[in-house]
Parts: sequence; structure tokens; C-alpha cells
Amino acid sequence: MPYGPHTADDRARMLETIGIATVDELFEAIPEALRAGPLRLDGPEPELELSARLAGLAARNRVDLASFLGAGAYRHWTPAVVDQMLLRGEWYTAYTPYQPEVSQGTLQSIYEYQSMLAELTGLDVVSASHYDGGAATAEAALMTCRATRRERILVSRAVHPHYRQTLETYASGAGLVADEVPLVADGPRAGTTDLVALARLLDDPARPVAGVVAAQPNVLGLLEDMSEVGRLAHAAGALFVSVIEPVSLAVLAPPSEYGADIAAGEGQPLGIPLQYGGPYLGIVACTDPLVRQIPGRLVGQTTDLDGRRAFVMTMRAREQDIRREKAASNICTNQALLALAASVYLAAIGPHGLRDVAAGGAARATELEAALAAAGAPRVHAGAYLNEFVVRVPDARGVHARLLGRGVLAGIPTADLLPDETALSDGLLVCATEVTTSAEIGQFASALRAELAGAPAARGAR
Amino acid sequence: MVPGDLRYTKEHEWIRVEGDEAVIGITRHAADQLGDIVFVELPGVGRALEATATFGVVESVKAVSDLFAPVSGEVTGTNDALAGSPEVVNADPYGDGWMLRVRLADPGQVDGLLDAAAYDALIAEG
Repeated sequence: MPYGPHTADDRARMLETIGIATVDELFEAIPEALRAGPLRLDGPEPELELSARLAGLAARNRVDLASFLGAGAYRHWTPAVVDQMLLRGEWYTAYTPYQPEVSQGTLQSIYEYQSMLAELTGLDVVSASHYDGGAATAEAALMTCRATRRERILVSRAVHPHYRQTLETYASGAGLVADEVPLVADGPRAGTTDLVALARLLDDPARPVAGVVAAQPNVLGLLEDMSEVGRLAHAAGALFVSVIEPVSLAVLAPPSEYGADIAAGEGQPLGIPLQYGGPYLGIVACTDPLVRQIPGRLVGQTTDLDGRRAFVMTMRAREQDIRREKAASNICTNQALLALAASVYLAAIGPHGLRDVAAGGAARATELEAALAAAGAPRVHAGAYLNEFVVRVPDARGVHARLLGRGVLAGIPTADLLPDETALSDGLLVCATEVTTSAEIGQFASALRAELAGAPAARGAR
Repeated sequence: MVPGDLRYTKEHEWIRVEGDEAVIGITRHAADQLGDIVFVELPGVGRALEATATFGVVESVKAVSDLFAPVSGEVTGTNDALAGSPEVVNADPYGDGWMLRVRLADPGQVDGLLDAAAYDALIAEG
């Protein structure tokens, strides 16, 4: 069938059928102040002039900066084959067709995504993708509640604050409680989840915990003692959710090795460009006993009547089109095109390549740590990190703003990322990946040294 | 004709009273309507059942249905064989396909359920 916009006549007939006069009546439940006003757009322009105008607008983006910003979204090199594959028309819908088995190619691409992520996480089941890391984490937390029939989630404050906010939104909507586990304030384990506090929060028979959510690496870049988090969770009858960063799994123990029941995370580092916060890719993986709790689509492999390999949508009965109000989730969809990007990236770069990416980033981060320490900004925490860490900088917000004038995006002030952590009021969370160069590290270090010495920024270095 | 010694719900569960306990399952009509059953989710032993409330889920290749408790009581046993062989519900719904054993909170509740003739009439209506 042809896909086209509704005509004015179509709209008039639909409005008449449902008995209202204008489309705006559909939105009357939304307070007027919250509704979007009309878009004030200029009249049409010739394409040549429009291109020039848009180029001028685009030039206002700062693409000249040496960037050390991570905090949940990461710069990586993407092989050209990834974009080339995404441009093929066969992939140009995010949706599986209503008779999905007709599209064996689409189903196979999803199956391969699931298979590669299962290999990375070490877990049995991977769903065919979610909106983003925050949604994936929230869905994972809800899974623990359904599986245990308990209503309380514990989430470490070292989980990305956006994920915690998303989780809190999902939990409160479902009548569930999400309590936060504080961080260790000082000493060798500073900046990681406070396991003593976790044990205490778990030890409340009146309020049994469904799931414990912790991140590896955590939002401060530090490595957590995930085995111990898992042990404590399981001892209390709770499930354990690990929030993962997929590239790191090439060098860190996979969630299966430290007893995670569910892994959730942001798939953007797998071949998806940084693009204003999305669209990104939510990853959810779980152990086999939880397969009926995992939300989203699952593609399975089988054989057809002639014994040939075939791919099918499977376990459909968990889903909203079959199970309606009892569905594993009514707030999920898939990100098939971005899952495809992740699959092509992983297939192109291979296990050794992914290991090089992760190890390369870690090596660059070590170089960055030494350079910043020499420039007067030592690390705040003592624990091990992978490719992201916090340095102490007096007046971090002011320094961060002024470093932009010196051509450096100095990560993110921890006071902005985690305003509630008073111990982190003068820190910068900085990140390096395999695309970070020694020249950029040198630029950051010398700019920081000059800034800390109070030297004025050179004119014109925008 | 459905078994005469059982009582039934409008939601197609059956119950057989054995002293102060009872065994619960779903009817052949329900199993046939669902088609091939692939998964049965049952409550744990010790859980309290409340008459007419849902106590579990039965999943077939084409649908998922809630299971409704015919009576109130406490779960004293579940058919663990269904975890590995849920198709037994299709094959033998009134025998090996049983689901729960419960201790009755109020044996009088059973009298309020459909008898075989009434249930037969119900499924004959379609």
C-alpha cells in the first residue's frame, strides 16, 4: 500500500467519525500552557539559499573542540561499512512487518544482534532492543519486581543519574519503590557503591527487595565489586541487575561471570554516532529463567517444513499485542535500525577489534590521567577505572567554561552530573577512548595548566 | 459431557474436593481453545488464594490467559511436572494436567460453583 500523509479531506472525515470539530480537541487534557504553539517558519526559499543558511546554522556547532566528554555517551571510530549498510533501503523501517516471517532478512539481522550481545554479556537471552540505556535499566528493574513479586528496587547512586530518573519514573507509575544506595565517601573504595549500606538496606524483612541495580563501570568510571553486590542481592532473595557499557565487556568480566541475572545498558558505543542524546539503543539481556519477564521482541531460529534454517518471532505471548494489560511492557518499542548498526559494527570490528577499542581507550585514559595530574589536577578516587575518571579542579565549573575558550571540552563538572554528591563539588569527569589523540591530551593538559595558573586565554582560540 | 464429580468456574477452571483440600486445573474445553500450551506459571506453595482473583497464567502458542481461583485457600502443592511438560495440560487436563492443590478456607464456596450440567450448558452456548 502507498504511504502518504493524510489529506485535509481524510482528516475531516476522521474528525467527523469520532465526533469532534478540530484536532486540538484531542489534546484538551493537556494544560494549554504546556502545549506547543504554532511554528513560526519563514516562507519557502530556493534550495541553494536554504543550504547556505543551514550551513551557517550548522557552523555554530563547536566541532573544533578536543573533547573529553563521556558520562554515558562515547566517541568511537566507526568503520564506513556501518553507515553504508544503514543506507540500504531494505532496512528503512524500524518496525518488523505485521507478518514478520515474510521478512527473513530483518529477522535474521535481529537474531544476529541478539546472538552477539548474548556473547558479549554471557547471558542467555537478549531482547531485540529498547529506546536507550535509561529505558533498558528501568525495564530491567521492573523485570525483577515481576519475577520476585516484590515491590522495592535498590539502585546504586553510582548508576547514571538519567537512568535513575527514568527508573524512578517507571517505578512510580507501576506503584513500586526505588531506593538509592549511597556511595563510599572516602578511602580506597571512595566513589563506589557502599556495600555496607547495601547490606543494611537489604536487611529489612518488612520491605523485601526485588532487585539491586549497579553499574560496571559506574558513572564515575570506577570498577565496582560486582560479585559482592550480586552475592548480597541473592542472599536477600533479590535479583541483580548490572548496568553495562558494551565496549568494556571486551576487557571486563561479563555480567554472567559475576552472577548478574539481568544486564542493561546503552548500545551507543557500538557504531552509533553521538547525536544530541539519541536516538540511541537500549540493551537488555537476562538469564533463561527470566525469559518470560523480558520485555520487547525476541527472534528465534528454527527450521521450516523443508528443514531449512528459518527465523521467527518467538515468545510473542509476553508482548503487548497478545497479552495487552498483562504484557511484560507496554512502554517499549525496538530500535531496529540502531540495533542493526551495532550488529554491523560488532561483525565488522570482530572480537579482537573490540578488545583493541576497549584496551586502546584504557591506555589513552592512563596517559590522560598522568598528563592532568602533572598539570595540577590529580584523580579524586583511588579505585581502578577503565577509561573515565574524576579529577579534582578548584572551581571546576568555572574552569570547565573557560577551557571551552581554549578549545577543550573538559568532560563534565561532577557538580552538574551529580549535584547531590557534595564530596564531588570540585571535580571534572573526563573520558578517553581509542580516538583520543596524544595531541588532544597535550592540548588539554597545557590549557588546564595555564588556566590553573590564571593565564588569560589566547584570543581567537574559540 | 464434562466429568460429573468436578465443579467448574465460568472462566473454565475445574476443582475437585478431597477432604479439606481441593485440586484445581483447567477444563478440556479451555485447553482446546488455547491450543498447544507452552508454559504454565503457578504460585508458590504457601501462597494465599482469593476466590475469583488471578493465581497464575497459562500460555499457549497463540494466547496468554489468566487463571482464576475458584475458591479461597492456601496453596499446599503445585504440579511441578508442568514446568518441563506443559503439554500435559492439553493431553490430560483432568488428570496429570492438574495445577494446584489448596487447603480450602471455606468449603462452602464450592457449592457456589457450576456443576457439570451447568458448565456443559455454558460451553454449549459458545
